[in-house]
Parts: sequence; C-alpha cells; structure tokens
Amino acid sequence: MPVLLRALVRLSALALVVAAAAGLLWRHFDGPKLAPLPPPKPDAALDAAVAKVDATFRDSWREAGLDPTPEADPLTLARRLSLALTGAAPSLEEIRRLEALPPGTDPASAWLEHLLSDRRSADYLAERFARAFVGVETGPFLVYRRRRLVHWLADQIEANRPYDALVRDLVAAEGLWTTRPETNFVTVSVEQGGGNNGPDETQLAARTSRAFLGIRLDCVQCHDDLFGDRWKQADFHQVAAFFAQAEMTLTGVRENRGKDYETRYLGQSATAVVPPAAPYASELLPEQGHRRERLARWITHPENAPFARATVNRAWAILFGKPLVDPIDDLPLEGPFPPGLEILAQEFAASGHDFRHLVRMIAKSEPFRRSSRSADPGKPVTPEQEAAWAAFPLTPLRPEQVAGSVIQASSLPTLDGGTHILHKLRRFGETREFVKRSGDPGEEEFAGEAGTIPQRLLLMNGKLVRERIEPNPVMNASTRLARCSPSDKAAVRAAFLATLTREPEEAELAHFTGTLANTRKEARDRALADLCWALVNTTEFSWNR
Amino acid sequence: MNPTPPSDCGSPGHLASWSRRRVLRGSALAGLAWLTPVARQLARAAEKSGARPKSLIVLWMEGGISQIESFDPHPGSAIAHGAKAIATAAKGIQFGEGLPRVAELARDFAVIRSVTSKEGDHSRATYNVKTGFRPFPNLVHPSIGSIVCHELDGPGEPSLDLPAHLSILPGGFPARGGYLGARYDAFQTEDPAGPIPDVRAIAKGERQQGRLDSLTVLERSFAAGRLADLDSERTLHRTSIERALRLMSSAQLAAFDVGEAPKAEREAYGDTPFGRGCLAALRLVEAGARCVEVTLPGWDTHIDNATGQAKQLATLDPALAALIRGLKERGLYDDTLLLVATEFGRTPKLNLTEGRDHWPHGFSVLLGGGGLRGGLAVGETDPSGEKRTPAREVRVEDIHATILRQLGINTSEELTTPIGRPIRISEGRVIQELV
Repeated sequence: MPVLLRALVRLSALALVVAAAAGLLWRHFDGPKLAPLPPPKPDAALDAAVAKVDATFRDSWREAGLDPTPEADPLTLARRLSLALTGAAPSLEEIRRLEALPPGTDPASAWLEHLLSDRRSADYLAERFARAFVGVETGPFLVYRRRRLVHWLADQIEANRPYDALVRDLVAAEGLWTTRPETNFVTVSVEQGGGNNGPDETQLAARTSRAFLGIRLDCVQCHDDLFGDRWKQADFHQVAAFFAQAEMTLTGVRENRGKDYETRYLGQSATAVVPPAAPYASELLPEQGHRRERLARWITHPENAPFARATVNRAWAILFGKPLVDPIDDLPLEGPFPPGLEILAQEFAASGHDFRHLVRMIAKSEPFRRSSRSADPGKPVTPEQEAAWAAFPLTPLRPEQVAGSVIQASSLPTLDGGTHILHKLRRFGETREFVKRSGDPGEEEFAGEAGTIPQRLLLMNGKLVRERIEPNPVMNASTRLARCSPSDKAAVRAAFLATLTREPEEAELAHFTGTLANTRKEARDRALADLCWALVNTTEFSWNR
Repeated sequence: MNPTPPSDCGSPGHLASWSRRRVLRGSALAGLAWLTPVARQLARAAEKSGARPKSLIVLWMEGGISQIESFDPHPGSAIAHGAKAIATAAKGIQFGEGLPRVAELARDFAVIRSVTSKEGDHSRATYNVKTGFRPFPNLVHPSIGSIVCHELDGPGEPSLDLPAHLSILPGGFPARGGYLGARYDAFQTEDPAGPIPDVRAIAKGERQQGRLDSLTVLERSFAAGRLADLDSERTLHRTSIERALRLMSSAQLAAFDVGEAPKAEREAYGDTPFGRGCLAALRLVEAGARCVEVTLPGWDTHIDNATGQAKQLATLDPALAALIRGLKERGLYDDTLLLVATEFGRTPKLNLTEGRDHWPHGFSVLLGGGGLRGGLAVGETDPSGEKRTPAREVRVEDIHATILRQLGINTSEELTTPIGRPIRISEGRVIQELV
C-alpha cells in the first residue's frame, strides 16, 4: 500500500510537471478579480438567539469588571473558522473572494456559509466527532479501520441530518459494520483475544456517557462517587446493561433479548443481574424497543438537557480550540453553568438539534468575535479576560491543522473537493506523516499542550516544509510569488495572506521588502522561501488566535 | 515569572540540564536575539549537576515473539513442534537454539516466563505492555519510558542536548507521553545508518541566520497586546526553538552516528537496522539519555512460525548479546535496566498454516541490569499448552512495578490525570525474585 501510494505521489508530481506551462503563468490572485462569495441569507431567529447569548456574556463581563477586547477583523475570523471547520487556514484564492464581497455584507457570516457548504467541513468535522465517539485506538489519525464510520458521519453532516438522529443511529444500529457503518460505534469495543468476544458494555457505557452526555459515569465503575454523592456505582452499570444484549453475529451487531448483564458491586460477595435504568430523568426513558433503542431515545430526548449541553460544549471546543466547560466531558448535572451554555443548549434543542444552527450561533457570538489581543500594547490581555471569553483564547493547533495549513499556504488556489485526486493523495500522505512525527494528541485534543522540540524541528527542518516551501516554480507558492508579483510589497503581502491570513504590519513589511530588494531570479526565489519559512515557524502559525 | 523551571524530558524545562556555559555559548553561536530571562534562570539551575543517571533500554519485539522458540522452550514436548533448545550459562535454564550468543550471557539477566495479560489484539496489547495499563476510554496512559523521564528529575548528566526519551525504529506504536503530555513522547529516529530526521537546517549559514532574524521581527509583533509572559507561560515556542537549535548544533548528535564506532564493534551487533539501533541505544545511554526504545518488527508469524521466528532470532541474538556486553564493558550495566518485551506470546499449538497465533496467557520477557538479579527464570508455563494460567503468574503491571522500583520510583504515588482521576504510577507488585 505505501509503495502504491508513493508511486501515485510520484505520478502526481509528473502530472503537475506536465501542467507546468500553465503553472508558470499562474496568477497569484493579487487583486479582487474573482467572483465574490455568495452573501449570507438573513436569519432573524439566529440573530435573536445570538442576541440572548451575547447579553449573558456582556452581563458576566460587567459583573467581573472585565473589558472585552476589540472585535477581531474579518480575516482573523475567517482563519479561525477555516481551521475549525476544514483543518487548514484559508487559501489566498478564498481570501480574494472574501475581499470581493460587496460593502454592507457581514464577511464572517458569508465565510461561514461558504465553509458549511463545502465537503471539506463535513469530512473534517466527522473526524473530530469520531475521536469522541470511537477514539483513535484503531489507528492513528485518518487511518482506516474507522474509515467507513468517518465517511458515514461526513455524509450525515453534509446532509445536515439532525444531530439527535445521528446519535440514535450510532447507539442503536443493528447490522454489519460494512453496510451499516454506524454500527462501528459498537464494534470498536469488541474485545479480541480475551474471553469475551462481544462488544464491551463497560467501554460503551463510558463512551456514551462522556461523548453524548458530558458525564464521566465510568468514574463510578468500581465505587460510588468519592467527590460528591450524585453518582452511585449502580448508575454506571445500569447504563452498561443497555449494551449487554448487543452481540456479534454473522449478520453483524444484533440484539439478543435473552442476555443479561451481571456485575459484582463493591462490598458484595456475589455477582447480581443488573437491569438497565437511566442514571437520571428516568421519566424520559421509553418502554418500547430493544435496550439500545430505548437508551438512544432517552439520550436524545429534547428534554434531556445534558445531551444538548454536551453537544454545545463540543461545538464550542471545535470552534475555539477550548471547551466552554473544561474538561470537555465533565459537565455538572445541575449546574452551575457558565454564561451562554444554557441558552445555547436550549436553542440547540429547540432547533431540532440542528448542528449547523449551533455552529452559526457560536460563530456569531460576541466571544467568538473577540480579538486575542488588546487594543493597547501597554495593557496586554490578561488570563482573566481569556478565562471569561472576553478575549479570544490562544490555543495550540492540532498537528493536522498545522500540516493542512502548510500545504494550503504552499498552494495559492483552494485545495478542496475539486482538487485533483493525485494532489489529494499527496496531501493525505504528507499530513499522515507529519501527524505521526509531530505526535497525535489522540482524544486529548483540547488539552492545550505547549509546543515540543520535535514539533519545532519538524517545522524548521522537516520534509513537508522543505518540499512545500523551498524554491520550486511548479509546485510551490513561494516561487510563484517571487516570479509573478508586480512588486516586492505585493509579494510580501500575498505571502502573509496565504500563510498567516493577515496583512503585514508596517515594521514587518519594511523588514521583508528589505530582504527582497534588488534580488533577481534564484536569489529572489530563495528570499521568498526564507520569508515563507519564517512565517510558518512563528508562534502565530501554530496557534489559533 | 515562574522562578522554578519545570523539569521533564525533552522539553524546554530541560534547559536545566545544560550547563550554563553551554547554553550561553550556544545561544551566542546561534545569534539569538531572544535569550529570555527564563532561559538564563534555567542556565543557572543547570550548574547543579547530579550523579550518573539511571537509564532504561527497551527492546521491543513487535508482533509477538514466540516464547517457545526463544526464552521458554519445551524441547521434546508436543508444543515445541520440533523447536530445539540449548543450554545457557545459567544452571538449569535453556533457551531456544536461535539464541546461542544470548545464552552465553544468561547469568546477566532474568527471564520471566509466566507473563499474562488480557489483551490479544496488537494495538491494545502493545498499549498494555508499554504502559502497564489496559486501554481505557478517554485516557491515554504514559509509556514506561515517559514515566521514568517524568519521575526522575531530569538526566543527571549535566550537558545533555539530546532528547532524554528516544525511540529508534519507532514501529507502529512508539512510546507516548499519554496524559503526561506530548513533551514526554519519545523522539523518533529511523535506522541509525541514515541521518537523524529534522536536525539539519534547510538553509545554511547566513541564510539560516536571516531566517531566525526574521522570526524575531515576526514574534515581536505577535506578542504586542497579547498575554504577558506569553512564551514562558503558554506557548514555550521560543524556548523550544532555542532548544531545537541547540540540539541541531550539538556535538552529542554523534551518539547517533554508529558509523563512528570501531568496525569490530559494529559487526558484533549484526548488519541490521535493529543491530545498529542497539548500538545507538548504547551510545545514547552513555551520552546521558534516560530511556531508549528500539523496535524489531516482524514477529507476527501466523504462517510458518518456525522459519519466521528463526529469521528474527538471527537478528536479535547478536544485537542483544553485543548490547549487554557493551553495557558491561563501559560500566553502564549496573545503572541501566534492560527490558526485552513484546505485546504477547504465541500459541503453544500450531494452526493449519504451521503458524502460531496470539497468546497472552503465559509469555516471556527478559529483564536485566540495573542491579537486578540475573541467571534465573521466573514462572513456568504448561508443557502441554492447555493451561491458561502459568505457575507463578506475573502480570504485565508487575514488570512495570519492578522496573520503577529498581529506578527508585515510588510506584504508589498517584498522578492526577486530565480526567481528574488520580492514578497510581503502577498497580503492579514488585517481582521479589529479581530484587
């Protein structure tokens, strides 16, 4: 397989060399000549919901005596949204289309709609969800025993299927993992080589309570809650009992209604049959259906507030790089809740668990639109402002977001669904290798780790950066910028936009036009490569701002 | 400001382990405009030097080495299926015939023949043996090398530029820091015959200097208006770049370059990537590395087990024997624990294709050095291959407890994990026969 992949990548390079004649003349989108993005449709219900969310945040800032930072500029918002929804920074081509919007249009809303209608978002969100639903155990990021499930998730997201329906399928589906990809949620827990060859109900109970309800029921697997007295050992095992009848058969995952779940509680000498029961709000549990169906209905019931809250918290984390309630899967059952959470959860449930509506609400909210820096350099942003979302928090990008951004920055046109398959294969191989070398944080994707030395070495000296940034007139943006820009200033500005999604500041512009001044041919190619190298090695490139 | 530097492996905190002179000289060489106050403090802290560090070498037999062809032969029995055994230097202990050189050294280590686990899948079982815990939803446990790096306060060798935790030929599941953080991940390198990845600057000389100067301009504008102490309290970006540059210009990189070793020494390890990896592990430990893992893949012999295992053993035997001899000759063996481990053993019975399948119910692990007792075999598997519980059963976590204790680490200490649950460093019991 890797041999085949390598062969294809080589072939792709060849194919692109053939296209070199056109490539050499490639414009670099230095003016607003492209079609603008479609303007967003007005949505009064959305605006009303966002107003409510904003009011609670403003009140909380006033009470805490915190000043919010200024509003972030449209390009910064576009960068945040692209990283969250596609796993890469915007392309220069996309930025030019944003700049071409008619006056009076809200650029961030237009950008968001542009991304939500793009398959890249469905694919990327599917992978982010899959981490919470099935983890990365079956292989590192983007690798393949999970492929069918991730693809299925992407299809659901692209069709904007209600989130509750999607979750019900995961929890309750029957059938073969090949033809019913959603059953992979259950089959990922199948133990191999051990005594029990069926799905592991305790793993499933832990996943379910964490991923869908934001509750760590598995902490009471072995004993009652030691920190509070809300959860008992029985709560966990009664949820596990919902999964006890799932069996692996020749026709895939099936329910065997004759099977019971037994456990031995702490302090007891014998095991006992545990009946399934909801850990709270048992009035929402239906009587009809097999055990997993009943559980699925209960989890996704519109009145099961923890389900909506957990989903809000995850969507928030994907957009901000940090959950509203940290850690992401440990929300209190009865509060207190931070500003915004309850309103967003209610609005999300009322919308019929419309995930896009949720993303729109968060993306339009005041906190998302805050700058990550203060207006006055003498009074820098404080940790208190960040903690209250009065400033956009600085969070590290995930390795595939860093790789995706290097690759996108090296190609001025957008790499999306329309990109040639050979190009996509190359990108896939490069991303996978980069993530492996960088260290995949797995499910701990919102841990907020500082950078490591191997990560710095990888971005300073690694293969991806060498191949994507060093002079190469056919493949790389740096050389195209060197050869096609009308002026030094235009080259520097385009490099900043393509890499950091912002215009250079004056000192930066002066410094880099200085490095380009009077350079020609290869020397100029090298100077542009040096510029792009410096840009991808900044804190700014590897952190979400 | 944070006056006390954090200490860990391969992180900027380990600035503390460079001598001050080296830090300052290195930075001057690199011409860095941003030697931060934190770096200066760390440089001062580095003046305190410790004793020679204790180290750990893990040789990882990826795929599942067969206990019967290696450390736990049952010659003449039905389950041997023709596999022969040879006597070793340790009285009453036999090894498979594919390990003649290692057999000569059997008094220098112990074999544990009765390791059991509940994991029969490669990825889950590797996780289990490398971390001492079974896979657990939403929590990734650290590998033993990461725990050792976290617990022992930095490498005692005062001028270590190298990462303290390394994985040579990382294979499918290199050692990870898990909940301790990515900074405890092993630094991965391939066959030492080739260059170490990512340590050579793309641009040389003035061009590289120009790039670093440009970075200073960019970082200055990024910091304006953002969190004070951005780098020291949040990103560690500049500090890790400084540390990376130190590594790139370090003379200690020579430890990776096994080509420098005398020809006779190189040949003793065998002309294989794994052999070179073992020699590099020795040189790295000598240079002060805390934990080095070397992987030998290819043990998953579901088809024609006898041929497959014999081929693998021919790679393992010279490399392992030369490594033990090398550690002893250099006076490192008493301070270096050596673990030869695998995710599980192989079934006593052959399958239809003359292969052996996965067998977590009694497999072998080698443990030596670091002052542990040698020349013995712990535990006994059933010669008929029927019983799934060997005599004197040793659980995977017991191996961890033994290693950690021998390195002076209190295994009952609890670490707080990101999921808020305190977890003991190891839940195993020390194997009393070895200490």
